[in-house]
Amino acid sequence: MATATSGPSGDLALDILAALSKTDTLSSSADFPNAQFSDLKAALDRLSSRSMISYKQIDQEIPFLEPEGELIAEHGSHEARVFEAVRQALDGLTIVDLDEKEKWISKGKDGKLVASVESIKDVTREQLKTIKTTHAYPDAKVLAELRKRKLVRLQKEISFSIEKGPKFALEIVKEETDLTDEMLANGSWKTAAFKPYNFDALGADQHTGALHPLMKVRQEFRNIFFELGFEEMATDRFVESGFWNFDALVVPQSHPARDLQDTFFISDPKQAAKPHAEDESDKKDYDTYWENVRAVHENGRFGSVGHRYNWQEEEALRLVLRTHTTSVSTAVLHKLAAKRGPDGRPPPARYFSIDRVFRNETVDATHLAEFHQCEGVIADYNLTLGGLMDFMTIFFEKMGIYDLRFKPAYNPYTEPSMEIFSFHKGLNKLVEIGNSGMFRPEMLESMGLPSDMRVYGWGLSLERPTMIKYKISNIRELLGHKVDLNFIEKNPAVRLDKD
Amino acid sequence: MPTIGVNKEEFFEALGQRFTTDEFQALCFDYGIELDEDTEDDPSRPPEEKPQLKIEVPANRSDLLCFEGLARSLNIFRGKQPAPTYRVLDVPEDRMHYITVAKETANVRPFIAGAILRGVKFTEDSYESFIGLQDKLHQNLARQRTLVAIGTHDLNTLQGPFTYEARKPEDIRFRPLNQQKEMDGNELMTHLESGKFLHLLVRWLRKYLHIIRDAPRYPVIYDSKEVVCSLPPIINGDHSKITLNTTDVFIELTATDRTKLEIICNAMVTMFSQYSSEPFTVEPVLIKEADGTRRVTPNLTPVRMEVDVDYINGCCGLNLSPDSLCQLLERMAYTSRPLGSSIEVFVPPTRPDVLHACDVMEDVGIAYGFNKLPRSLSNKSATVGKPLPINKLGDIVRLECAMAGWLEVMSLILCSHDENFAWLNRQDDGTTAVKLANPKTAEYQIVRTSLLPGLLKTVRDNKSVRLPLKIFETSDIVLKDDSLERRARNERHWAVAYCGKTSGFEVVHGLLDRILLMLRVKDYFIQEISDSTFFPGRAAGVYLGKTGGESRRIGEIGVLHPEVLEKFEIKHPVSVLELNLEVFL
Repeated sequence: MATATSGPSGDLALDILAALSKTDTLSSSADFPNAQFSDLKAALDRLSSRSMISYKQIDQEIPFLEPEGELIAEHGSHEARVFEAVRQALDGLTIVDLDEKEKWISKGKDGKLVASVESIKDVTREQLKTIKTTHAYPDAKVLAELRKRKLVRLQKEISFSIEKGPKFALEIVKEETDLTDEMLANGSWKTAAFKPYNFDALGADQHTGALHPLMKVRQEFRNIFFELGFEEMATDRFVESGFWNFDALVVPQSHPARDLQDTFFISDPKQAAKPHAEDESDKKDYDTYWENVRAVHENGRFGSVGHRYNWQEEEALRLVLRTHTTSVSTAVLHKLAAKRGPDGRPPPARYFSIDRVFRNETVDATHLAEFHQCEGVIADYNLTLGGLMDFMTIFFEKMGIYDLRFKPAYNPYTEPSMEIFSFHKGLNKLVEIGNSGMFRPEMLESMGLPSDMRVYGWGLSLERPTMIKYKISNIRELLGHKVDLNFIEKNPAVRLDKD
Repeated sequence: MPTIGVNKEEFFEALGQRFTTDEFQALCFDYGIELDEDTEDDPSRPPEEKPQLKIEVPANRSDLLCFEGLARSLNIFRGKQPAPTYRVLDVPEDRMHYITVAKETANVRPFIAGAILRGVKFTEDSYESFIGLQDKLHQNLARQRTLVAIGTHDLNTLQGPFTYEARKPEDIRFRPLNQQKEMDGNELMTHLESGKFLHLLVRWLRKYLHIIRDAPRYPVIYDSKEVVCSLPPIINGDHSKITLNTTDVFIELTATDRTKLEIICNAMVTMFSQYSSEPFTVEPVLIKEADGTRRVTPNLTPVRMEVDVDYINGCCGLNLSPDSLCQLLERMAYTSRPLGSSIEVFVPPTRPDVLHACDVMEDVGIAYGFNKLPRSLSNKSATVGKPLPINKLGDIVRLECAMAGWLEVMSLILCSHDENFAWLNRQDDGTTAVKLANPKTAEYQIVRTSLLPGLLKTVRDNKSVRLPLKIFETSDIVLKDDSLERRARNERHWAVAYCGKTSGFEVVHGLLDRILLMLRVKDYFIQEISDSTFFPGRAAGVYLGKTGGESRRIGEIGVLHPEVLEKFEIKHPVSVLELNLEVFL
């Protein structure tokens, strides 16, 4: 390997070995003053990686002469030069105010300056000369003084102190960097010397494919649901009618959630059809359902006094982008009402879904107009609130969330409704992690479900727990086109119970 | 959820206890309200303002929207005070104040109710709370006054009987609240619209103008001397305005919804009859309807319900005696007594949110304490877990793409019309895309019919990432479909984009081959198509079937047209692929 700085051998590394064979310690600044730093470092690393030498880096400040210092070193100090001028002017000089330092000059009778001594010792010049040749001066005070006079500057210099290593030799044996198939084929691996491996270096970048972090969290949630015997609901209806999104859920038509401020309404297509069977296998009675829902809103039915207002079909047929996946759960529960188990009644069921919902929100760091809702439903006979809390405890423990607390809350379609809180150690407070409840009996009985079948429902967003868990402050860094692809590639595997 | 601010000092005084923040938070948590903020230690609180508690209350509880109601409910809950009996004073009909309704009101704002509170002594705080409650009711239950508008008056400045009429705007003349001069209905509208008034108090009324703006006749309430009490739902007359010295309060409410009218009327009188000379009593007002019928308002009769004891115990997982249940209900302000296997429950007029036995059952749970309810096993019945087939299919494609070295992205489903059409060199023929009626920004105008806009925006916004970019997405697009009930359907698509120094068509093509191999699809081919999204000669349809035989196109693959790249501000060639995944189900 030839280097830019050619010594006698043309290879700096060999030159170093040669120099080192004659002495125990080399100083790079003294022995290789002209070598480029980078070449020197490369040569030393090359040798030290083979344990042929060891070296230490020495950081020093070396004095160099400033231009004025150079001048003085060559021609003498300004004072000395004046003296010389005075000495040579036999008649004396007329400059009035010359330095009388060292008493080299004195004023004659006529006020003229004359030399008082025959010759002088120019100390500054001597000092600078020493520095110029040795780049050092024993007296630090002198150095400081000369620096102050701007005759000398200190320059940072890195040099190396080099010693022999355990495998010191004058020749560099060729070392192989890697085991190759050629070596295997010709057997040269048996005699070859191998360069030591740098185990501190990082491995090669994999430039790998990756799943989206949020989808990885979603998969964890799905796994939890599957472990607990849940069937995944079909969520392929972003467009819903007011009926399925609100009315069937006993949300009155004047409820603020149905405001333009909160819900995306659809201008094209214009209007939904009344609920009806869409294939021949669907034998459900949609007309009775429709009339039951109307009655629950208008005058009450199934034990409810109703919201008591004039229910508008037109409002129920308005198309919206679903604001929650509970519209999906509603359709699935309506389907369940038509199913028959071995005892001739709708069978107990567990359903879940995780999919996109839409809100006409003003977009900010924590709100997007779309996000993912994770929703679970358990339908069974004679369920209790204690069972719901027990289930939520099991569910959240699988995500590594413990110590749940349940707060009474309001939701138009669940009663009782409970907000689920968990104590967050980092934030040192109770954090709301989800909503839960039992669906209102008049909502379920409208579908034709028996009155002793009770249904738990709960929901949480996918983004919020992900953001809390992974300390992401802006939802746009998690969902949508502004997400950094490097973030997707480098995001670790999701293990909610471990992270 | 509405947030109510109450004076901390006085609130704790009303509760008879100085709570620590933790104690008060715990009380709120148990009752189902939330302490949002305690301004005592808030450095931004002006020194002259007294410390406040800001409490969030559930949207259905009209009885918790003011200081009086919150304190009362919490005291009843804590057993510090019995639930009051709200009573309409027994006044013979011929001595009642009455409001005669003109038939024209039916077309603009058909319903009215009235009530009188006698001997009220306002303080500055209670007056403010009185105004605050009206405001909260107007915002929430009354849906910005569209459903109900409340007018309150100093009865002693007025002379009954009253009339509720609907007159042409030019035939109504009065001096509106806090205004200097008289005006007619039209002038009032112009005045409030103009925005050149001194009173900030009046400025926000502008948002209510639309409710009657274009009606031929405006609703108006007069006393017997033709003094305008109010022009609902906009503004009261200045003449009868309430002051701190008012003792007899006349409340009139007009509405388009009869149920909400009753709820809000009852909320007003149950909250503020606390200050009547005989607390919790209200003097009735007779309504003489246009058709000759007569109604007395308000109606404070509790609603009677019978709730099955087994139902309550069953849902709560309790086994309490009827008497114990009644005691719990007392703490939620109900009157109740055992009645065979049921409980006879009287729902107070403060609780119109109670619609069903389940609401009573929940209140038992709250009174008992949700977190104290006995836990029971949740896995009553064995059920079988099952993934959705399309998600299972999607997961195969997703995993294979990631294993092949592609990055998964999740783009937004809503996009602008241009991103979905013009920027892709595509025409909107009106048959595919679902359009939004009321988006807040131009970013969201339609539901995407292709995954390409999201992928290309992702490429655009990742300029600093090392090339080539290899990204994919499997997600739903939406298409109009008039044959369906919702007139639209989702379709699961798979799309990929390659962006590098060269087009990378062969890389995308290779991924297609790989995924179809994984899906055991053998009979497929790609064939050149003409498509303005793509560079000429560099676009192909992806077909299922045999070349030359029967086949079905399921997507496209190609190098994007430079015009498309320019629209999406991408400076490198991009190859894409988009398929309908549902054909592989």
